[in-house]
This record gives sequence, structure tokens and C-alpha cells, in this order.
Amino acid sequence: MSTQVLAPERAESTSGESGRFGPYGGRYVAETLIAPLEELWEAYLRFRDDPSFRAELERDLADYVGRPSPLYHAERLSRENGGAQILLKREDLNHTGAHKINNTVGQALLAKRMGKRRIIAETGAGQHGVATATVAARLGLRCVVYMGALDVERQKPNVYRMRLLGAEVVPVESGSKTLKDALNEALRDWVSNVSDTFYLIGTVAGPHPYPTIVRDFNAVIGREARAQMLARFQRLPDAVVACVGGGSNAIGIFHAFLADEGVALYGAEAAGEGLSTGRHAASLVAGRPGVLHGAMSYLLCDEDGQVKETHSISAGLDYPGVGPEHAWLKDSGRAQYLGVSDEEALEAFHRLARTEGILAALESSHAVALALRLARELPRDAMILVNLSGRGDKDVNTIARLEGLVL
Amino acid sequence: MKGDQRIDRRFAELAAAGRKALIPFVTAGDPDPEQVVPLLHALVGAGADLIELGVPFSDPMADGPVIQRSSERALARGVNLAQVLEWVRVFREGDQETPIVLMGYLNPVECFGAARFARACASAGVDGVLLVDCPLEESAPYRSALDAVGVHQILLAAPTTRGARREALARAARGFLYYVAFAGVTGADRLDPVALAEELADWRRLLAVPLAVGFGIKTAGDAAAVAAHADAVVVGSALVETLSRADEPVAAAAAFLRPLRAALDARSDAAAGLPA
Ligand SMILES: Cc1ncc(COP(=O)(O)O)c(C=O)c1O
Repeated sequence: MSTQVLAPERAESTSGESGRFGPYGGRYVAETLIAPLEELWEAYLRFRDDPSFRAELERDLADYVGRPSPLYHAERLSRENGGAQILLKREDLNHTGAHKINNTVGQALLAKRMGKRRIIAETGAGQHGVATATVAARLGLRCVVYMGALDVERQKPNVYRMRLLGAEVVPVESGSKTLKDALNEALRDWVSNVSDTFYLIGTVAGPHPYPTIVRDFNAVIGREARAQMLARFQRLPDAVVACVGGGSNAIGIFHAFLADEGVALYGAEAAGEGLSTGRHAASLVAGRPGVLHGAMSYLLCDEDGQVKETHSISAGLDYPGVGPEHAWLKDSGRAQYLGVSDEEALEAFHRLARTEGILAALESSHAVALALRLARELPRDAMILVNLSGRGDKDVNTIARLEGLVL
Repeated sequence: MKGDQRIDRRFAELAAAGRKALIPFVTAGDPDPEQVVPLLHALVGAGADLIELGVPFSDPMADGPVIQRSSERALARGVNLAQVLEWVRVFREGDQETPIVLMGYLNPVECFGAARFARACASAGVDGVLLVDCPLEESAPYRSALDAVGVHQILLAAPTTRGARREALARAARGFLYYVAFAGVTGADRLDPVALAEELADWRRLLAVPLAVGFGIKTAGDAAAVAAHADAVVVGSALVETLSRADEPVAAAAAFLRPLRAALDARSDAAAGLPA
């Protein structure tokens, strides 16, 4: 595949080099964190262009993550659904079962080269926590993962997985005891241990430079998919679809297509029990600009500016904020964001399982659901590329419970 | 301008008297939304020179557990920014001298609207605003709105602030500069007044405004030790914790603050050669 591991530069408005995506992004953090963020950015700029860093990253992505991930034409699913052809970018086949590892491998190499011996991370469903514990184990770095106390209860297998990998999992009891509170606690840890600790954020949210770094490490998804489309079909897709929690898998697949004007970009946000119920996590669809976790972006908060508790069937989408680059892609009209309900996502999960023999993550099932919806409006020779960001093994218990079974 | 900005006037008076400023922090609406104004008056009565009034936020990422929980309690009782401003307005009816600095996070201000917020601060009698997650680089829109109405945006400096950034912060500081005593969250047990001395001396050489120090100052001894190298000390978590356990918060606030006041005054009296 391509030898260019990191994202090519784009127009300034979306490059993130300045820390801004239009009016979004920035560094809304306590003064103590300005210096470590600056240190991280300088290190990243240095290593990004360093041939030995790039070679090491490329080797890890191939031999450890298992890249390139396949592009799979879901012919039965497409035929049964009617309309456009659906192509799946199989990030579920990566080591640890999701796109998250693209970012953790990259950031962990950065941590190692910066001489940091301790890695901290936040996690919601536990996928990013597992991906972080995995790379920390491999590099012999200490690893502490913050996880909302409610999520620790909901995601026990992943908690155990992290512990098996040698990580310390710290349940967070403050606030709503979910992902946003885990992020707060990770920031508190970082502010208290800036000299020896690397904060490995799991999505394209947070203060500059995280939205840019995490995007660049995930941009390999879109670069591969674009090349695979051209090699196999001699054409680009008509649309690209991905689910959006914080936005890392979506930006990862979108980025290579930003300059391709004929390719429509769609983000599927978690509409939970329905946008009108208030029980959802659709920040771009139903939120407003605000500041959380170090960045200006769309946010679900009440009129007093207090951040709302969110709901989604998939823990990985259950976050009130979203990466600032998506806010800008929305405002600029380059991408469109639509809500997908719990019910629609579940239905898509089952359809993919039965027609293609693939158990998708509930997060990714939101993208599949949106793709099925869009495909029905398009002719049979149209092509929709979907980022199948993760596999559904972790969700089997949740789905069984919804159907009244206890495994 | 100095004459009518309460923060500037208060620090000028203190400097003339050779005294150090004592700045208590309380979360607005905790422990009791009914007693906010009496609590503020009691703090002044017990020796507060300025007051930092915390605006509760759902995600206080720079705060330790004591202020996190305090913030959660206040929010659970329905406290919002408009209510906090109203308490300041009522406080001002009884006290036109003691500066009030609102301390909080950006999003509630952002949602209120920066310009509207600045006007509301000025008309309620707020003198300074400290936004924890709004460092110098992001401060321009808020600062210009606040400047326009004579309210100071108070900036933070930290042990990790180095090089040219120090000069930039020192130049931009208005009212006073708030130095965070250690890299950490509020209320942590990491204060080391001896190690701070040199750092604070460097800052005072750079600054044209007074230097306040906060984070981890809990006892009269801490306050006196830090005040030796600063113009003001801020006491937050220890006070908030005391109030949260008190049957009578207003009385408890005064009882908590008096020994700190005494320790600061003993120090400046000693420095001035007066008998203790
Ligand atoms: C499989 C999978 N997809 C998507 C997400 C959502 O994150 P993001 O929007 O950053 O891709 C998660 C988060 O845990 C995930 O595990």
C-alpha cells in the first residue's frame, strides 16, 4: 500500500496545523496544560517527518495491526436492501477489533520517542482502553485507564481484558460516571503528572493538537479505501458513510476524500431513543457550539451551558461532544450528519449478521443503517463505502439482554 | 480607571497598609442557596479582602474532588449563572467595597453570550472574571467584552509556564495574576511554600500587577508561608470542605477564616516591626 503513512496536507481551514478548523478547535485548557500540549505538538511535527518514525509506524500497522484492512463488497446485503452497492472497509478485522488501534499504535510510538514512561487514557465502551492497554503492554509502558463507574459495570469483559493486558482501570465516580467524566479525570491526572505522563486520547476531540494527531493516525483508513476503490472498481464511491462518536473513524475515512467533490460524506450520529425524546447523543444534529474538554465544537448542553447526559445503545457513541473538524465539515457543508436511532442500528446489526455473516459493533451498525437508508434512494450501480469501524463481539451481551436473554 | 476598579483600589489600599490579601473561594449555592449573601458578608467580616465566587459547572476538569462535589451539589439545587449574578447584585447592596471575582469554566459564559455576560457582570457589581479553561490565546473575545465594561479578566500562570509565555502573561495580566502553586488540581496536598519562593520572586519581577497564589493552601500556616512571597493567597477546597460539613455554614465560614487573617496580619505586622 501507500508509503505515505500520515495524512497529506490539505487547505488550511481543515488541516488543523493552526489548531483551528474554521472557528472550532483551539486549546481551552488550564494554563498548566499549555506547555505539555506545545511539547506534544513539537514532538509530533518532528517525528511526523522522520523517516525512521514513519518506517516503524508502517511496520507496526502491517505486522501488528494487520493492515491494509480489506475492502469487502457486501453483495447479498446490497441485493436484499435494493439500490446502491454497499462496500465495507473492514476495520473490524484489525488487531483488538476496531479502528482504535491505528491511533494507539501511532501515539504510543510518539510517547516512546518522547521518553514518557506512563500512558493514561479515557475509555467509554472500553475499546480505546483495550487498544491503549495493548500497545502499552507491547512497549513496556505503564498504563492507567479512566472509565466511568457506570461503564465499568456495563462493560465488564473489556475491563477484565484491560487488566489482563496489565493496565490499571480506575472507575470514575464523578458527574454522570460515563465517558465525559472519564475524560475529565484523565485530564486531571495529566495536569498532576505532566512531566512523565503521556495522555493518549482516543478520538479526534480534546485540545489542539489531539484532533489533528488522532486524525492523521486514522487517515490511513481512507487512504487505503480510496486506493482499493480505484484498483478494484476504477472509480471512487458516490458516498462515504461512518458513525460519529468523537469522530475518529469518520474523519479517518473521510479525509482522503475531502478534495473529491463528487464523493458525498455522511456521518451517522446516535439518535438513541429518538431526537425528540432528548435521550440521544447527536451533538452535530441537535447540539450547539460550545466548549468542552479543551475544544470549541458542537456540544449537547442545556441553556445554562451545563453538559447533558447522553444516551445511546452503543457506549462508543455515548458522548456529548464531537471533534472540532466535524463541526467545521458540517458548517461548511462538506459533510452531512444524520441521526440513527438505537432501533435502526439494531436492525442493521441483525441484517448484516444474517446476510453477510459479519457481527458489527453497535457503533458501526449506525453507519450500516444510514448506508442502507441512503442506498435505497440510489440506483443499483451507485456505490456507498461504509467504515465498518469495529466488530460486535463486545456487544453480544448487550444485544442478548435487549432480547431478554442472559448469557 | 484605578480609582473606580474595586480590585485595583483594594490592592492599592493593601499595599499602602503593608498587608497581604486574603481571598476565600466558595462555590455559589453550596452548601445552601438560601444563605449565599449572608455567607459572603460573613467572609468579609472575618477578614476577606476579595472573594472568589465559583460558578458551578458540570465538568470541572481542573478541580479536585472537594470542589467537584460542591459544584455537583450546587447544580442539583438549580444554581445557574443568572442566579449567581443576582446574588452578587444583592451582596453589592450591602457592600460596595469588597471585590468579587467570578471563577468558573467557559461554557456557561459562552452559552450566556460573552457581551451579554460582561454587561451583566458590570451591572451586578462583579469586578473580575477568571475562566479556568480560557488561557491567554483563547481569551481575546471575552477579554474585549469585559474590558469594555471595566471588569478584569484574571489570568492564571502555572509552574509549567516558561520562557516568552511568562512575559506575555505578565503583560496581559489585569487586576492580579493568579499563580497556580503546583501542577495539579484544586485541593491536592502538594503545596511546598519553600520551593515556591524563587518562582514567585521571578514572577513579581515581571509583573506590574499583584500576584495571588492558590491551590493547596489550607491552613493559617500555609497562608502565612505563601504570603511571604506573594501579595495575596487564595483558600478554596479547605473552606468548601469545612462548609460542607458545618451545621451552620455562615458561622463556620467566619470561624475558618479568622485564624488565616490573623496569621497574615501577624506576618505583615512583624515585617513592619510592630509587636505581634
Ligand atoms: C467500533 C467503534 N466505532 C466507533 C466508535 C466511536 O468513536 P469515533 O467516533 O471516535 O470513531 C467507537 C468508540 O468506542 C468504537 O469502539
